Amino acid sequence: MHVIIDGQRVPVTEGMTILEAAEQVGIHIPRLCYHQSLTPAAICRLCVVEWEGARTLVPACVARVQDGAVIHTESERVRRARRTILELLASTVDLSEAPDLLAYAAELNADLDRFADGARREFPVYDDNPFYIRDYNKCVLCQRCVQACGNDMQFTYALTVSGRGFYSRIDTFYHAPMPETTCVFCGNCVAVCPTGALKEKGPFPSPQSPVPNARPSEP
Amino acid sequence: MAEPVLLRRVGHVDPTRLEDYLAWGGFEALRRALLRRPESIVDEVKASGLVGRGGAAFPTGVKWEAVARESRTPKYVVCNADESEPGTFKDRVLMEGDPFVLVEAMAIAGHAVGAEEGYIYVRGEYTRAYERIKNAVEEATRAGFLGDHILDSDVSFHVHVYRGAGAYVCGEETALFESIEGKRGQPRQKPPFPTTHGLFGRPTVINNVETLANIPPIVLHGPEWFRSLGPEDAPGPKLYSVSGAVNAPGVYEAPMSVTLRELIEEYAGGVRNGGRVQAVLVGGAAGTFLGPKELDVPMSFSGLRKVGAALGSGAVMVIDEQVDMWEVLLRLARFFAHESCGKCYPCQLGTQRQLEIVRRMASGRIRYQDILRLRDIQATMADASICGLGQTAGNAILSGLRVMGLDVS
Repeated sequence: MHVIIDGQRVPVTEGMTILEAAEQVGIHIPRLCYHQSLTPAAICRLCVVEWEGARTLVPACVARVQDGAVIHTESERVRRARRTILELLASTVDLSEAPDLLAYAAELNADLDRFADGARREFPVYDDNPFYIRDYNKCVLCQRCVQACGNDMQFTYALTVSGRGFYSRIDTFYHAPMPETTCVFCGNCVAVCPTGALKEKGPFPSPQSPVPNARPSEP
Repeated sequence: MAEPVLLRRVGHVDPTRLEDYLAWGGFEALRRALLRRPESIVDEVKASGLVGRGGAAFPTGVKWEAVARESRTPKYVVCNADESEPGTFKDRVLMEGDPFVLVEAMAIAGHAVGAEEGYIYVRGEYTRAYERIKNAVEEATRAGFLGDHILDSDVSFHVHVYRGAGAYVCGEETALFESIEGKRGQPRQKPPFPTTHGLFGRPTVINNVETLANIPPIVLHGPEWFRSLGPEDAPGPKLYSVSGAVNAPGVYEAPMSVTLRELIEEYAGGVRNGGRVQAVLVGGAAGTFLGPKELDVPMSFSGLRKVGAALGSGAVMVIDEQVDMWEVLLRLARFFAHESCGKCYPCQLGTQRQLEIVRRMASGRIRYQDILRLRDIQATMADASICGLGQTAGNAILSGLRVMGLDVS
C-alpha cells in the first residue's frame, strides 16, 4: 500500500494517518491541537492538506491513508488556509508563549496584525489553587486539557468547554474554583498545554519545607 | 400546477386524526412494504433517484443500502426535523399538516434497513410540530402501526421524539447525534459516516423530513412514476419555501425544472407592491444571492450549481429594491457568528471576524482590504471547516457583495 505525498511515494499500512505517513519521510505537517498522547481532535485545522479529488481540504491528523492517494501538504490552497487561521488566532489570543505557532506564521508570511481591529478573548487570570494558574488569555481552545483530564488520560473530568462559537472557553463545571472540583492536581493538563495558558506555580511544598497555614510537625 | 404529491393532504385533513390519514390512503404503503423483502424496498428507493431534500442531496437509496448491508446492530433510523435554515419552512408545513406520513416513512425505512428504533429530532422552537408529531407517534402506536409486531408482522419499530434546544448546528447530522446522546451539539469528523458509525456509534439512516415524505408515494406508485415527476436528472416533486417581497409567500410544490422566475411570478404572485427584484437568496443563509438578471435558472441541484449557486433546502427569499442590502448582509453575518458551535478554528474565528468586517462596511467605511480579508475568511472556512455550517458561512456574504457590485475581482 502506498500514498504519494508532495511527489514522494510513501509506503504505508492500513490505518495509518496522513500525518504519520508524512512523518515517515521527514515531511513535517504543521499542527496545533494534535498531541501524540491524545486522541486527535482535528479542530485547529492547521494540519489540513490537499487530497486530490476531495472537495475540501482534509485534516492529516485523522484522515487515514488510502492506496494511491495523492496528497499535497504545501499547496497554495493549504498555505492560504493555514496562514489565515494563524492570522485569525493571533488577533484573538496571546500567542507570545507559543513559539511553534509563531514559527509557522513566519514561514507562511502571515500578517499577525491583519485582524487586529477585532474582538479579543480576554479573561482574568485564575489563581485559585497551590499548584497551577490558568491564564486563558493564552488559551487557543485546542481542548487538549479537557481530553487529558477526561477520556484520554485521567478520567477525572474537572474541565469542560463552556459557551459557544467565538466566545467558547475552557472552564470548570459551574465555574467552580479548582479546589471545589474533581481536579486531583495531577498536572496532566499543564503538561499538554501548548501555549502557556496553564502553568505550574513552582516547586510543590515538600515535607522539608514549610507548608503555608499548616501546623509545624512535632520535632 | 400538477396534482400535489407531498402537499396532497396538507390543509385537507385534520393532522391530529389517524382516521383522516387512513381515509386518504395512509399506511397502505407500510402495509405493502411489510409483505415485501427489505432488499426490494431499498432497490426501489435507489431506482427512484430520490436524493436528500435537506440540502446535501445525497442519493437516499445508496444511504439505505449501506445501512442495510451493515451487520452490526442495533441500527437506527433518524428523521432530521431540525429545520433551521433561514427562509425554510417546508418541513414545518409537513410536520404540522401531515405528521403521520413521517411515522409511516420511518417504519418502512426500519423494515428496509433492519432498524427497530427510530428517532425524530424536532427543532426546539417548533412547538406545534412537536405536539403533532408526538401525537402521531402515540396514535400510530396505539393502532398497531408502530411498536412490536407491526400489523401482526415480524417487524418491530419504535419511535422516540426528541426536541432540539435552539442550535442551528444541530441540523448537521453528527451534531444531531451528539445532541441526542446528551453531549454538546458539535459535529464529529467524517469519515466515519453515519451509515457505519451514527447514533450511539451504530449504523444509522438519517433523512430530512421532506426526503422521508417521498417514501410512501414511491412504495405505492413505483420508481418509474416518481421519475416522471421532474426532469431526467432531478426526479420527484420538490417543495420550495418562498418568502420575502412577494404577494403570496408560502410552500410550493413543483418539479425541479421550474425556474426561479416562475416560482416568484407564477407561484408566489410576483413581487409585491409592483416592486422589482434586487436580489434573491437561494438556499437560505448557507446559500447564495442571485441577481435580477439571473432568474431564469432551473431550480434543481445541478441547474443552480452551473451558475455557482446551490439549491440547499430550497429556500427562496426575494429582496426587492426597497431593502437595504447591508441590513440583509449584517443579519446573515450575525446569524453565523451566533450559530457557530466553536469547535473548529476557521468557523469559530472566521464568523466573528466576518461579522466585524461587514459591520464596519455597513456603516459606510469600505476598504479594499476588507474585501480581501472577507475572501480569505470565506476560502479558509469553505476549505477547512469541519462541517457545512462553516463551509458555507461566507458564501452569502460574498455573493451579496457581488450582486451589490462590490466584488473586486
